Amino acid sequence: MTARERIAGNVANYVDERTGAAAWMKKNLNKVFPDHWSFLLGEIALYSFVILLLSGTFLTFWFDPSQREVIYEGAYQPLSGLKMSAAYASTLHISFEVRGGLLMRQIHHWAALFFMVAIVVHLLRVYFTGAFRKPREFNWIIGVGLLTLGIVEGFLGYSLPDDLLSGTGIRIAEAIIQAVPVVGTYIAFFAFGGAFPGEAFIPRIFTVHVLLLPGIFLALITVHLMLVWYQKHTQYPGPGRTEKNVVGYPLFPVYMAKAGGFFFIVFGVTTFIAAVASINPIWLYGPYTPGQISAGSQPDWYMGWLDGLVRMAPPLETHAFGHTISWNILIPGLIIPGIMFTGLALYPFIESWITGDKREHHLLDRPRNVPNRTAIGAMALTFTLIALINGGNDIIAQQFHLSINQIMWFSRIGIIVLPPIAFVITKRICISLQRADRELVLHGKESGRLVRLPHGEFVEVHEELSPEKKWLLTYHEQSGPLELPEIDKAGVRRTDAIRNKLRSRMSEANAEVAPKVSTQDLKEIEHH
Amino acid sequence: MKRLSKYRRHRAAAPLLLIIALLGIGTTFSVASATPNKSSLALARSAIIEEGKQIFLKGCSSCHGLNAEGGAIAPSLIGVGAASVDFQVATGRMPMADMSTQAMRKAPVYSPQEVAALAAYVASLAPGPEIPGDELLNYERDGSVAEGGELFRNNCAMCHNFAGQGGALTQGKYAPTVMGVEPVHIYEAMITGPQSMPVFSDKIITPEEKLSIIKWIKSAEAEPALGGASLGRVGPVTEGLLVWTLGIGILIGVAVWLAMKAR
Repeated sequence: MTARERIAGNVANYVDERTGAAAWMKKNLNKVFPDHWSFLLGEIALYSFVILLLSGTFLTFWFDPSQREVIYEGAYQPLSGLKMSAAYASTLHISFEVRGGLLMRQIHHWAALFFMVAIVVHLLRVYFTGAFRKPREFNWIIGVGLLTLGIVEGFLGYSLPDDLLSGTGIRIAEAIIQAVPVVGTYIAFFAFGGAFPGEAFIPRIFTVHVLLLPGIFLALITVHLMLVWYQKHTQYPGPGRTEKNVVGYPLFPVYMAKAGGFFFIVFGVTTFIAAVASINPIWLYGPYTPGQISAGSQPDWYMGWLDGLVRMAPPLETHAFGHTISWNILIPGLIIPGIMFTGLALYPFIESWITGDKREHHLLDRPRNVPNRTAIGAMALTFTLIALINGGNDIIAQQFHLSINQIMWFSRIGIIVLPPIAFVITKRICISLQRADRELVLHGKESGRLVRLPHGEFVEVHEELSPEKKWLLTYHEQSGPLELPEIDKAGVRRTDAIRNKLRSRMSEANAEVAPKVSTQDLKEIEHH
Repeated sequence: MKRLSKYRRHRAAAPLLLIIALLGIGTTFSVASATPNKSSLALARSAIIEEGKQIFLKGCSSCHGLNAEGGAIAPSLIGVGAASVDFQVATGRMPMADMSTQAMRKAPVYSPQEVAALAAYVASLAPGPEIPGDELLNYERDGSVAEGGELFRNNCAMCHNFAGQGGALTQGKYAPTVMGVEPVHIYEAMITGPQSMPVFSDKIITPEEKLSIIKWIKSAEAEPALGGASLGRVGPVTEGLLVWTLGIGILIGVAVWLAMKAR
């Protein structure tokens, strides 16, 4: 034993005697994680969050969250001598006078966009592979909560500098709050401490942005990761991978090295983009005054779909009992997002209700093998994408010389017509792909080699698949629709007949697949 | 001196002196007043107007009418003034290439002299806004950037975007970018209100304020992209596009690489 090993051993022993960490470490450092690129998408979100904490802390050193009016005397001449809030002036100060300040601001904002993108692509991976199924429903809900909070947190950050664009955003947020029937105006008054814009809002959202929400984020992310740890990671099916094991690399050293390296790569890429591409150039927007607005005012992309929904809403208002109900804001601004996020959060439960499947699942699905779920996902994506496109309708109209009215009408009709079409097409594609898989298993791969038989017929030689590949194409279950008789065993019509009818209809739709290869099929093939 | 005094009493001395004096006074007067011959000026002017009229009859009258009285598809030009003609024709908007939405900026069809002739002809029909001269357009001297920015955000940004990049209007119409537009044309646009643009009269925005706006536009034009690639200065849409394509593309590429099995 060298001297160095002896010292390391003594230190480890010292810590272990006081914390009992050795047993825990031994168990957990050997924990195995499966290896697949799509399992790293959530990590991008995690690392972006760390980048946000670091860069955000830097920004708080100079940011003055106050709507106190000051006269700008700083370095940026085109705004020299103008009245503005201290919040805006200090953001200009960070941008132009603090060393590395502009880079830090841009890192912070790009990291926020990355954070939201990574959350969404991670969510799509979890959704389309069925990773949300039992026992992971709670973690799915936490994930949906993180997505929702991320949107709010991003919007608050976008609002803090008090530039023309962020003030416009707050103005729209205020309008959406006011659209809540009866209590909306009161809530808006409480939130803003009086009439818009007031002087209370920036200090308040600052506290929420840097203290409350990051705290909730930390707590939720911790629980999210602990649940992954405790429930083990899901894995894609493959040789030796079952519902009862995890095949992959141990946490230490392989996974730790990869994950640690990935953190630095995410940080590096974010910094690179922040260094070469401008984001939120607040000095061009100018200070916020309620009387001003810029053409092409947009929220960041993760709010763009919401803006798009509001933009396409027809002008509907009801006046009743001295109250105005603005359906044109209420429906797209609150009701539709409410339905979208509730549906998203409840999806695991809805699916298990339809399939009647209450078992645990640790092996992931191939999207094509669950046509209904994949098609619902495509439908929801189409809906959101059309809303997002309409959110940028003015920029699209300007850049591509189109009519903004035509884009709006395309969106209004498309958001109703296209999602069902996307559903049907996706489902058909999935079932076709299943048929292609079936074909592959039964007849093998086309080799491209033509053989002429003695009697003159030409045939293409098909190569049989390897057993692993065959297993991959046939491992999935096809359980068929639920049997929900309207009349129970005693011959009496069940009280929940209507609900059961709905459930069995959905179950039937869900069970619509191309039958996978059975042993019967294989025997028949051998018989030929 | 002796020679001069010898001729002083010459017979021709007095009339000669008188002629010299008269010539001197006349020359001095004509140099001092320096007003060109009124009738010859009027003559030159009417020649220009006549030239403008000929151009008008060839290039414009099919839509605007033989006497610029307008028609079903084009407005009357009586009283629009020289400034309007200079803006529309010198920026290539007129004559229009297609009538679908609005006249767009393109390479001018007429030379500066022809534009001046057209402007003179239209101005001769009825009084209207005149082309601002170089003396008036000294925005570098008379304008203030910060004030101009404030005025721009108050009056212009709602259509032309916060950085003057232009924006969409209804039914395919648009507010064009103000970047790279000559100061005289910016000024003319403000006083004549071309296409969908309102007129900003001198009572609403004073001439000095107009110069401040021009100065701010020129300063925004010259401003380098301070934070890196400007992404078109159109706000968060292009930022979102970048992060969803290049940004997440790079990171997913790295993730695929990291998850590859070592060979």
